[in-house]
Amino acid sequence: MRNRAKRQQEKLSKKLTERQKDELIAEWQPEPLVPETPQDHPVLNPKYADGKMTKEVSIDGQKYLNMASTNFLSFIGVKRIEERAKSTIFKYGVGSCGPRGFYGTVDVHLDLEKELAKFMGCEEAVLYSYGFATVSSAIPAYAKKGDVIFVDEGVNFAIQKGLQASRSRVEYFKHNDMEDLERLLLEQEQKDKNDLKKAKTVRRFIVVEGLYVNHADLCPLPKIIEFKWRFKVRVFIDESWSFGIIGKTGRGVTEHFNVPMEDVDMVMASLENALASTGGFCVGRSYVVGHQRLSGLGYCFSASLPPLLATAASEAIAIIDEEPDRVQKVTKMSIEGQKKLENVLKGSKFVLQGCPESPMKHIYYDGNDEEKNLDKLVDTVFNDSHLLLTRARYLDKDEMFKVRPSIRVMFQYDLTDAEIDRAVEAIGSAARQM
Amino acid sequence: MATEVATKRNSPFRFLHKLPIRLTFTEKKAPLLISDLAKESDELKKRTHILECAWNQEHDDEEEEEEETREDGVVDGSDDASSTHDIYGDIGNRAPNEFEHIGRFTTFQVYIAWFALFLFAHIREYVTRFGFVKDLSNKENKSMKDFVPLFSDFEAFYQRNCYIKVRDVFERPICSVPGATVDLVDRVSHDGNWTYEYPGTRTNVINVGSYNYLGFAQSAGPCADQSAASIDREGLSCCTTVHERGRSVSQAKLEKLVAEFLGVDDAICFSMGFATNSMNAPCLVDKHSLIISDKYNHASLILGCRLSGASTKVFEHNDMESLERILRDAIAYGNPKTHRPYKKILIIVEGIYSMEGSICNLPGIIALKKKYNAYLYLDEAHSIGAMGKTGKGVVEYWGCDPKDVDILMGTFTKSFGAAGGYIAGAKRTVDHLRVASPTGYYSSPMSPPIAQQIYTSMSIIMGRDGTNDGALRIERLARNSHYFRMKLKQMGFIVYGSNDSPVVPMLIYFPTMCGFYGREMLARNIGCVVVSFPATHMTEGRVRFCISAAHTKEQLDYVLATVCELGSLSRSKFSRRSHLYKNLQIEW
Repeated sequence: MRNRAKRQQEKLSKKLTERQKDELIAEWQPEPLVPETPQDHPVLNPKYADGKMTKEVSIDGQKYLNMASTNFLSFIGVKRIEERAKSTIFKYGVGSCGPRGFYGTVDVHLDLEKELAKFMGCEEAVLYSYGFATVSSAIPAYAKKGDVIFVDEGVNFAIQKGLQASRSRVEYFKHNDMEDLERLLLEQEQKDKNDLKKAKTVRRFIVVEGLYVNHADLCPLPKIIEFKWRFKVRVFIDESWSFGIIGKTGRGVTEHFNVPMEDVDMVMASLENALASTGGFCVGRSYVVGHQRLSGLGYCFSASLPPLLATAASEAIAIIDEEPDRVQKVTKMSIEGQKKLENVLKGSKFVLQGCPESPMKHIYYDGNDEEKNLDKLVDTVFNDSHLLLTRARYLDKDEMFKVRPSIRVMFQYDLTDAEIDRAVEAIGSAARQM
Repeated sequence: MATEVATKRNSPFRFLHKLPIRLTFTEKKAPLLISDLAKESDELKKRTHILECAWNQEHDDEEEEEEETREDGVVDGSDDASSTHDIYGDIGNRAPNEFEHIGRFTTFQVYIAWFALFLFAHIREYVTRFGFVKDLSNKENKSMKDFVPLFSDFEAFYQRNCYIKVRDVFERPICSVPGATVDLVDRVSHDGNWTYEYPGTRTNVINVGSYNYLGFAQSAGPCADQSAASIDREGLSCCTTVHERGRSVSQAKLEKLVAEFLGVDDAICFSMGFATNSMNAPCLVDKHSLIISDKYNHASLILGCRLSGASTKVFEHNDMESLERILRDAIAYGNPKTHRPYKKILIIVEGIYSMEGSICNLPGIIALKKKYNAYLYLDEAHSIGAMGKTGKGVVEYWGCDPKDVDILMGTFTKSFGAAGGYIAGAKRTVDHLRVASPTGYYSSPMSPPIAQQIYTSMSIIMGRDGTNDGALRIERLARNSHYFRMKLKQMGFIVYGSNDSPVVPMLIYFPTMCGFYGREMLARNIGCVVVSFPATHMTEGRVRFCISAAHTKEQLDYVLATVCELGSLSRSKFSRRSHLYKNLQIEW
């Protein structure tokens, strides 16, 4: 076959003479590699924070209350975790110097995988060195060309990249709309009846997120599990944001909805949000998850997680188990915070969205010039009340579906009631001014 | 073909031309290649002078030819005095890439070995299915037996019956810093590698498998101290994405240093090397462009090309003629699907190829790129820090101008003992990547201790810490690599690649040898890496050594003696050119 391609290439090269090719080459003008970027773009003029991003952040010498980082359980700055990380540096060095297959597997990775599997109640866990790469390598390892994946429209960018890399047929259903999903599944069932032979080789998956980062609400997991058994579809859940904060002990949406872990085929999560480390993991039955050790691209062809970050995550999980009130206090804070914010935003054009248990909430603007007004709110609370909020950032031109601009408000374990009240009051007054 | 047939109309053998075999051998008009143009232009002449003298293009073992040109057994490439000067007049000894091939009979034997393996695998499969041997593989849940099976038959078959037999050679866990020696966690398996038990002991082995080129994998010293101090200063993580509130001071400092180190305007750093390649290629090219990539590019580059949606063409490994032909056809004919010219062309190559140990022909590629107005993306994952007089990578090794390469990409895992990647280039390129790269919107910046480790190690390499530790490391690495390679070739092994690269792939061809070498080397306290199909071609299994500046001469001698012994045992010394090195005194 390679000879045939070579012969075709030769035939092609003979169509034009070399002189004619020279003329065409001289005429060809390529585009510049990258377009110009305006120098006043906010990304090119950032503000740096001094010191650690804990509850109080100091920027340019001024202290701000931090409600813009995903440090939900306040693990940044905890002495125990930092001491453990430092002792790891003095034992293993900083980098792991190799991929998992070639002397990059450190015993701390194996320990962390065992602890994660035990924490979630599953057989095996596979550790990745980057949260984004976890989901985008896990999905293409199972779903190949010819398979079909049913995905919620509101999924995050990493899942979209994973779907693109997998080359399967993707069917989107409206965000959290179970009737739409049922309709798609029934259509697929109809197709299967027409072509029984093909139906035996087409694998089916549903990919949802535990806590949607773009909408701050939970997926209706019991209904999805019901569909799994009815239509024979495998379920993958991306718990990047719900791991460690949803559920009574932080085990995620499966605990929240009381769904047994055996029903879910695989849970993918990131260690970068609640656990304040780096990396990600996939957890599930050995039959499913073990496959990634040979065919997950981000696992086989990339260096493994630096040992100090693995031990920091281990320590964080131990703290979650030892101090169950961390997760419970955060949940209580989120439910109360939701009520307070809704009260204070009544009458203004700003709208709060999010499920009560989630410590991450979105504030939208109902009106014209959404982005400008949201930016104005962020700047007002920044300058007047020394409160740090952030606009949620998306790469608009690459996202599959347009995401509504919003402000992300995030609660932390460390925040006292007084600080929350002050913050809520500041947001309310800024909102009413506009 | 039609024009050739027409001229032979009066030939009595004209019926023969209608056959589908080529019987006429008319003179082909050779395309106007850069080597022809070089005869006209002086400037280009100097560049091809590098190409021709530096790269020994011969592949076959023409022993008579070799004997008359190299009687004194000197290494290829640096024979006459004029070829040792490069275009800037500096003396540079550059070793060419060598890819010695074995005879066809040995290749046939390798295929027989694979056939035997698969035959036994099939036998084992049937024996297990009928219950004679207990099936220990993981099974799907009984409640899910109506679901479509998750894995295709062949994938599971290969893993269950071939890979599991040699699984103990891969994924060996370590429990100390991966320096010149490393402690391996002992593990035993009583059921054929399905499960492992850990008796709790450890073995200290010489580590020739980790990527530790300059020896910065250290658990004590200035790097470790400063990384630990940076945890106190900035914490372990920022917990936001880069564009939301996560701009960290240590990462900004590092980016400036990287730009200064490489001699370009600006640089941007990422926390994973794999993601650097796969997520940033889509920012540079789109579906109206063309990507021309080398045959042996890394999986992350291939994934990036695929995700970008651009058309892709592959050129033969390091072959400038193949690259030029593809460039000419691409510009002249345009996109075959839309019949429109391509908007831009991006050539993607690597500095050192990790499976071949070969160095890319950078001056040739830059000359072609300038002639045809294409853009160049150079992935220096393995070569940054390890090549060049002051560790600045293949650009310095070849004496080229870093501003000629549009995008310089590299990783910090190998030579700097940390993790992460960077892209450096003109300010305009880097500004665009800052604004358009998805890693900025959806992932957090580098962890501060990691950024600090890179900063300290890079300062040491640049000599900023006041000692000459960096220069010493680079020199030790160069000496180690040359010594090791020459000795291996003297013993009679086939080693791919250039003498200057610290990656040493030793070919053992047979898949069965992989398990043998992996286990026997471990029994003699050496930890090495063996690779076979599917990471390499089916007939070319290899042992890949990664030399480090931390290795001492005694350790290298021990490894060489062991390899010699195992090579004689397994009859892996395939090289037919070892006579060239027979009388050579190789000193460290």
